[in-house]
Order: sequence, then C-alpha cells, then structure tokens
Amino acid sequence: MLDNYMRWLVKLRWAAILITFIVVGLLGSGGRFLSFTNDYEVFFGDGNPQLAAFKNLQEVYTKNDNALIMLSPADGKVFTQETLQAITDLTEAAWLTPYATRVDSLSNFQYTYAEEDDLTVEDLINDPASLSTDELARLKDIALAQPLLINRLLSPAADVTGININFELPAENADTVPFEIMEHVDEILAKIESDYPNISTAKTGVVPMNKAFPEASFKDMQTLIPAAFAVILLGFMLLTRSFWGTFGAVLVMLMSIMAAMGTAGWMGIVLTPPSVSAPTLILTLAVADCVHFLVTFFQQMRAGKEKDHAIQESIRLNFSPIFLTSVTTAIGFLSMNFSDSPPFHDLGTITAIGVFYAFILSIFFLPALMAVLPVKVPKARNEKSGLMNRLANFSIRYYKALLVGVGVLIVALIAMIPRNELNDEFVKYFDDSLEFRRDTDLIGEKLTGMYFVDYSLDAKIESGINTPEYLKQLESFEYWLETQPEVIHVNALTETFRRLNKNLHGDDTSFYKIPEDKELAAQYLLLYEMSLPAGLDLNNQINIDKSATRLTATLKNLSTKQTLAFEQRVQEWMASNTPSLETAGSSPTIMFSHISKRNITSMLSGTTIALVLISLILMVSLRSFKYGLLSLIPNLVPAGMAFGIWALFNGQVGLSVSVVVAMTLGIVVDDTIHFLSKYLRARREQGLNTEEAIRYAFTTVGEALLITTIILTAGFMILAQSTFSLNADMGLMTAITICIALFIDFFFLPPLLMWMDKRQRKSTISTPSNPGGRLATA
Amino acid sequence: MFSLIKHRNLALTAAMLLISPTILAETPEERGLAIAIEGDKRDQGYVDSTANMKMVLRNRAGKESIRNVRIKSLEVTGDGDKSLSVFDEPADVKGTTSLTWSHSNKPDEQWLYLPALKRVKRISSKNKSGPFMGSEFAFEDIGSQEVDKYTYKYLRDEDFESAKTFVIERYPTDKNSGYTKQIAWIEQDRHIALKLEFYDRKGSLLKTLISSNYKQYLDKFWRPSILEMTNHQSGKSTTLEFSDYQFQTGLKDSDFSKNALKKQK
Repeated sequence: MLDNYMRWLVKLRWAAILITFIVVGLLGSGGRFLSFTNDYEVFFGDGNPQLAAFKNLQEVYTKNDNALIMLSPADGKVFTQETLQAITDLTEAAWLTPYATRVDSLSNFQYTYAEEDDLTVEDLINDPASLSTDELARLKDIALAQPLLINRLLSPAADVTGININFELPAENADTVPFEIMEHVDEILAKIESDYPNISTAKTGVVPMNKAFPEASFKDMQTLIPAAFAVILLGFMLLTRSFWGTFGAVLVMLMSIMAAMGTAGWMGIVLTPPSVSAPTLILTLAVADCVHFLVTFFQQMRAGKEKDHAIQESIRLNFSPIFLTSVTTAIGFLSMNFSDSPPFHDLGTITAIGVFYAFILSIFFLPALMAVLPVKVPKARNEKSGLMNRLANFSIRYYKALLVGVGVLIVALIAMIPRNELNDEFVKYFDDSLEFRRDTDLIGEKLTGMYFVDYSLDAKIESGINTPEYLKQLESFEYWLETQPEVIHVNALTETFRRLNKNLHGDDTSFYKIPEDKELAAQYLLLYEMSLPAGLDLNNQINIDKSATRLTATLKNLSTKQTLAFEQRVQEWMASNTPSLETAGSSPTIMFSHISKRNITSMLSGTTIALVLISLILMVSLRSFKYGLLSLIPNLVPAGMAFGIWALFNGQVGLSVSVVVAMTLGIVVDDTIHFLSKYLRARREQGLNTEEAIRYAFTTVGEALLITTIILTAGFMILAQSTFSLNADMGLMTAITICIALFIDFFFLPPLLMWMDKRQRKSTISTPSNPGGRLATA
Repeated sequence: MFSLIKHRNLALTAAMLLISPTILAETPEERGLAIAIEGDKRDQGYVDSTANMKMVLRNRAGKESIRNVRIKSLEVTGDGDKSLSVFDEPADVKGTTSLTWSHSNKPDEQWLYLPALKRVKRISSKNKSGPFMGSEFAFEDIGSQEVDKYTYKYLRDEDFESAKTFVIERYPTDKNSGYTKQIAWIEQDRHIALKLEFYDRKGSLLKTLISSNYKQYLDKFWRPSILEMTNHQSGKSTTLEFSDYQFQTGLKDSDFSKNALKKQK
C-alpha cells in the first residue's frame, strides 16, 4: 500500500502540490475567526470553585473590574491648587469613560460632617482654584484622617493620589471593550499630563491587565515567531546545506502553522497568551519531520539513486518513524486538555493539530515538492561519527561508573523536586517590558496594592447588618486585619457607621464608634444613603436586603504561598473569634493561588493516560514488553530531573510549568524511540552483541538526535524569551527537559542496557520473527 | 410625587393654554415643552393624595428585598408639590419619615426624621441623585416632576405597545442631576408616560422605567399602579407597587411642615 502511495505521489506530484495549497488555504482561511481574549477569567475553567465564588460575590454586590490611576506631582505635594485641580478635572473626565459606573477620587470623596444639627455630605474638594494655603492645609489634615482614603487613594505622605474607576463590562464585544476603555483613559491621561506638566500618571487594575493579555500576545507573535523562524532557518541551512531542501522545510512549517491556526479559528478557539505560543511550538516540532525526510532523501541521492527513486525510498524508510513520533508528540500535547486551565487545552489542541499537519505535509507535500524542484545533492559532510564513536565507547567503557554516577545524580535531582514552591502571582506573569507591569509595580510601591481579598460577611437575617452584634464582629475582624503584616488597607462598612455616629452627635469624637442599637444604625444608613450622589452609593458594599456586607482587604504583593498562609490565618482567626461570620475570602489573587495545585492534580491523570498510551505504542513499535517498560526511565526521568534543577535555580513553579511533564513526554519519547529501535534492530537483524549494538545506535542516530535536540532547544529557548512568564517558564523548562533527555539517552540508557545484558547474559536473546523491522527504522 | 409628567407652573401653562400644542408648535423644543405642559395641565386640581407603596428590590442573582412606604402628597399652586413618606418596613427604619418640598426653579428641600435619634435632619440639597432606600430609583426619579426641571425636545410619534405615543427627550436643568438626558414615551390620548429611559453622564443608557396598570381617579387623574425600573448596567431592578390611592383627603399645608414630621405614625 505504501508502495502504491509512493508511486502515485511521485507521478501526480503537481496535483499533490496543488491539492496541498487548496486544502491549506481552506483550513488557513479559518484564521479570520481568531480573536484574542482579554479577560483574566479565561485561565479558570467553568467548574473552578474559586471563580464561581468570586462571580457570585460580584453578583450580590458590584463588579470588581476597575482601572486605578495614580497621579504623582513632581513636587511631591498632592494638596496644592494645581494638583487638586488636576484631580478634579480627571475625576470629571473619568466619569465619561465608556462603561464606567463609579469613580472614586480624593475630590469626590464624600466628606461628612456635622453642621449645626445637620449632616452634611459633600465632595471633599470643591473649586480648588479658590483654596487658600490654610484651607489646603486643613483639607490635607481632613484627608489624612480618613481611613477610607489612606493607602487606597492617598499615600500617607500625601505625595501621590489615586483615582479608581469601576466598570460594568458588557458581555458582547468582550475582545474590544478593554481597548475602547483604555483608549479613553489614555486620552484623558495625556490631556492631564499636557495640562499639568508637573504631574505624571500611572495606571493599573483589572481592565489594564485584561488589555495587557492581548498586548503580550501580540508582542510575542511579533518577536518570538520571526526569531524562531530565523534560528531554525539558519540551523536548517547549516544542517542540510540545501537551499531547496530548506525552502521546502520552510513551506512545510509555514503551512503547518497556517493550517493549525486556521483550524483553531474554524473551531472557534479564542487565543490567549499561552495558546499564542502554539505557532512557535509547531514550528519547532515540524523541523524534525522535515529533517528525517530530507536527510534520507539526500543520502539516497548521494548513494547514486535517481531523484524519484530516492524520494520513494525516503518515504518508505521514514513513514513509520515520523508517524510514530508525531503520534506520541500529539498525545503528549493533547493530554494538556486535562488541565484545569482552558488556555492550556487550546495550546495542547492547536499544537497537536499542527504536529499532525506537519506529519501529513512532510510525507505528502514535501516529497512532491522535492520531485518538482531542481534539487542538487548537497556535498557529503565530513563524517563526524568519530565523535559518536567516542561517546559510545565512553558510555560502554564506564558503564558501571555512569550507572552509579548518573543514577545518583538522577536521585539527587529528583529529591530536590519538593523544594519547588507553587507560585502564581498574576502581575508577575508580565515582564517589565510591558507598561502594565511597570505601572503596577510603581503604584504598588507608592500608593496601594493590586492584590485584594473580598469577604462577604453574612448576618444571615434581613437588615442584620445594622445589629450591634454583627457590627462588633465586623469591627473586630476589621481591626484584626489591619494588624496583619500582609494588609495594606481594609475597607469595611464599620468605618462608615463610626463616622456617621460621630457626625450625628455634633462631630463629638467620643461617638466615633459603632452605633449601639439597631434602629439607630439603620436610620443613619438610610439618611446617609439618601445623601449620596449618583454613582457613589453603598451598593458595592451592602447587599439588597442588608443581610451582608463586603469587606475588602488590600494586600501587598504576595506569593501564592504567602497568600494561602494569610487566608488560612484569617480562617483560623474567624473560627475562634467571629465564628458566625466565617466565610472564605474571594478574589483573583485567591483564584490564582489555587490554580497551580488544581492544575497539577488535574494534569496528573492526563499525564498518566499519555504515559500509558505512549508506553503501549513503544511496546508495540519495539515489539518488546521489556524494552517498552525500560523506556519509561528515559521518558520520565528527564522531566523529574528538570524539576530538580528548577528547584535549585528558580524554585517557583507556576501554572504553565505544571503542564510541562505531559508536554515534554511526547517530545523526549522520540529520542528513546530512535535510540532503542536502532539498538534492537542491530541486535535482532544483525545479531550484534550489546556493546556493538550500542555503538551502532550511536553512530546511526546519535548525530540526528544531537541535531534535533539542538534545534528543539533553540526553539524552546526562544519561547523562553516571551514577555509572558507562563510561556517563558514553559519554554525554559521544556528546553532543560529535552537536553536532559539527550543526556540520559547517551549516558544512562546505554549503561542500563549493558547492565541488563550482563544480568541476562546466560539467557540468549531471542531473535524476533520479523527481520523487516520497518517500524523501527529512522 | 410618583407621577411622571406633572408640575405646576401657572404662568407658562396659562400662556400655552391658548395654543393647541400639537399643531402650532414650530420647533421640536417648543413642541416638546408643549407636550410636557399639557400633561401637567391635565393633572392639575388633584389637591392632595395618599397611597401605599411597596418596593421590591431585585439583584442580578434574582434575590428580592421588600420595603413598605406610605406616601402623602399636597398640590401647591405656583410651586412644586410637597410630599411626605413614612417608612413602615424594614422594621428598623419604621417611623422614619421624609418630607420633600419640591420647587420649580430652585433645588428641592428635603428633611428626614429619625425616630431612633428623635431628630429631624436636613438632607444636603446637592445630592439628589443617589439611590432611594437602596433601590434603582434615585430621589430625583420619584420626586415631583416639575415642568421647569427640564428642557424638552420632541422627537417623533411612535407606537408603543399598540398605544400612540409622543417620544420626547428632556434634559435636567439641575447640574447635580445624575442624568444627561431622559427619553419619554407619552401616550397621546391620556398624556401619561408609559416608558422613560435614563441616560447617565457619559450618555449611555442607564435605566428604563416602565409604568403600567394606570388607573383613573376622580374621573380625571391617571396614576400607574406599577413602576418597573431596570438598571441595564448593574442588572438590578426595582418594582414599585401602588395601592389604596385616595384623593382630596383634606390634608393641610401644616401636615407638610417640619414639625409635622415627628408626629407621623
């Protein structure tokens, strides 16, 4: 059948090329449906409990989607006519931002005070141009005494100030909304900076972050994919020394990417920063297919075969190995669908599809193309098998030392794995080439934190939040939180109650405490709510039947471990102090804190299934249960050692690194297939002994393994340069794993074979009944 | 209180009485104003009224909460109406009473009596745009709708749920209003508002009010039994259900004084 196929392919070469262009064109046209997500929530699956809890909380109160702008006057003084005017201008302009529902600033802070017997509720800053030096100083004192402002909208030194805009984002046009919003925000900030040259601005928040996702994606697409192309092109030229060969390979890679991304478009996949790295992966993985076909093709021509015959021979020899390695690689990537985080499903699926297309193209299109191109046989390269021979001898001669030495190294590195710490600080997903990261860091340093935890504290009965019992518990929780080292700011309704109680007692500070009876509290609240202007109501803090309030704790930049420790301490404190209020904290920070653990758990089953499938494929293709079992060592050990090395040099394992095992499994297994199949072929077909068979495997595939490892490592090291740390870590981790895999295949697998052979010396090695061994040819 | 197009401005009304508004009005602005005045005119002479109002608040998740308020209104000739609201539920604000003197050409005045504090507190006149008792109704939505509180522009005639309506835009004259404009669908026959859209300060649709189950009292005055306000941005909504409307019950101006606030039961 394969023979018929090869004959037809060479005969109908033009038709094959034409069909390829049409099919790839059709598949690729799906690319027009591709869009980029800009919503951090995509990292969480539908069933994620932390996301569900956070969404639920936002249903009850208001959405947390925000943009926080920081104004920094050059003189370090917020309370000047100029800066206050800038705040007022910006506050006005901010209300006009698309989808804005609320704007909080120093100027529209609802300052309450007693005026004779009345409660006055008004903007803190009115008509800044008319303020005298004394009035400015008085306003500064008032503002610095407001717990709701300090470390939230005003720094304690009053040198920087913030304006927070809240949004209700529409469900439709989700991909353009953050751009629409940020375009307006950038416009008004540009105007502020030109009207007030002494004031500089920075911005952070959920909406700027959501906009940073597609920005990071674009940046990666613009830099990483061309860089990967350049490196691989160069490598390919050096390796094959054939212009037309390289030309053909480039077409295969380009079309694999186009067809895969187009298919993703047809499937309705929305791109995320992780899935945007699919083209780089496909590019890198497609190389191997092309290398195998072309190298054999050139060898055959060099051996004197005419071109068409050489093409057929290359297909015959390569069909099975390319198919096998493609299948195992695809299985590895498809297992990413077990991830808890949907962007990694897409990355795995798109890459697996790309690997499949690369397989089809390299045994269908590439041979046909070579048949029509005026390919010249590149000069034979200097035989470098000397190096491989020396490596083989080294591995054979010192097999005992290697077995022990590498064995100890393996155990030692694997023992390091627990020293890795799970960490997903989503702000740090972006590197500081992105404005979002720089601004967020700056705002974190000078004004307030990007991380927060919300608690919806339930009194469990209607109007229950007005009772002194509830308020006392709420207050003790508030005060306790304020003493915690992680906490920058606490926003609780109790502060409003204390202030109103004081205001309604003629600003008598001895009444700065929660009201002592339920009716009083309820009526204060009613009066206050009726006094607030549009958009500045309490609906973001109180639910509709007044049975629960939202408390927000703003946190420093914490690692996942610190966040989880904080949350646990909160839970313990609540259990023993305010048991009736007990509730889990909820926020993006909490969501990301759990994601790696959830993801590792979910990937465990995915990795196991991939491992079983791949091992079965190996057993079948090697026709040996024993060697299939043995292959587990070179297949699994590299990832384990890579995590050990990671622990030594980095130690922070995030969401993306947790999918690396499954992903690399499909790639490193290729090396094992090639090495073991050559080894077994030598023993079975040529009847060589262990040492000779090892030498044979080294000299026949050693160099190819070295070269593909170099190319793959180069490709993944380029991914490691991503602006998005999830991609960068995944690239680096994969590169390390692939290099270790080669090391194991060269210096641990052969000694292992020697050792096994020595143990079984007495029993003769059975010669398999099918000497054709076509499957095991590379 | 709580009816949409009514107000008193005798001077203007007298002037417009001589002109048939829908025929002679020339500009869309004049025509819009004429429609508003006609509505106002038809509601004149109700003298006073009382009603019970049940508020049903609903959040995005569909959870509900109920408030009960009794309302008394007094027609004031030459200025805005006066109204008094007594809160019965929730229990912890029972007896709290608000008094409003609306004005056609200056900000309304408002006081709140807090029984727990036994004090009357004046509410700052600037902030009238916040939510009323946590509902989707701002105070300015349910306050007396004086003609002079807006400028108008007639847009078109349109069928709304099989009724012929005028569609007019109106723009709040108070700079502290929470809105930049409202669009009203006013039934041509009875001159009552069926639908009202509220646009926020950036010009986006914020809320829609649907008034339904209109009933006629004293053979003249139409009042809606149900007002349904939906906030398109927050996904929350509030329904007001009116019952037990009484007219010309003999309320006096002194029933709407600050002193009267404390005496409400």
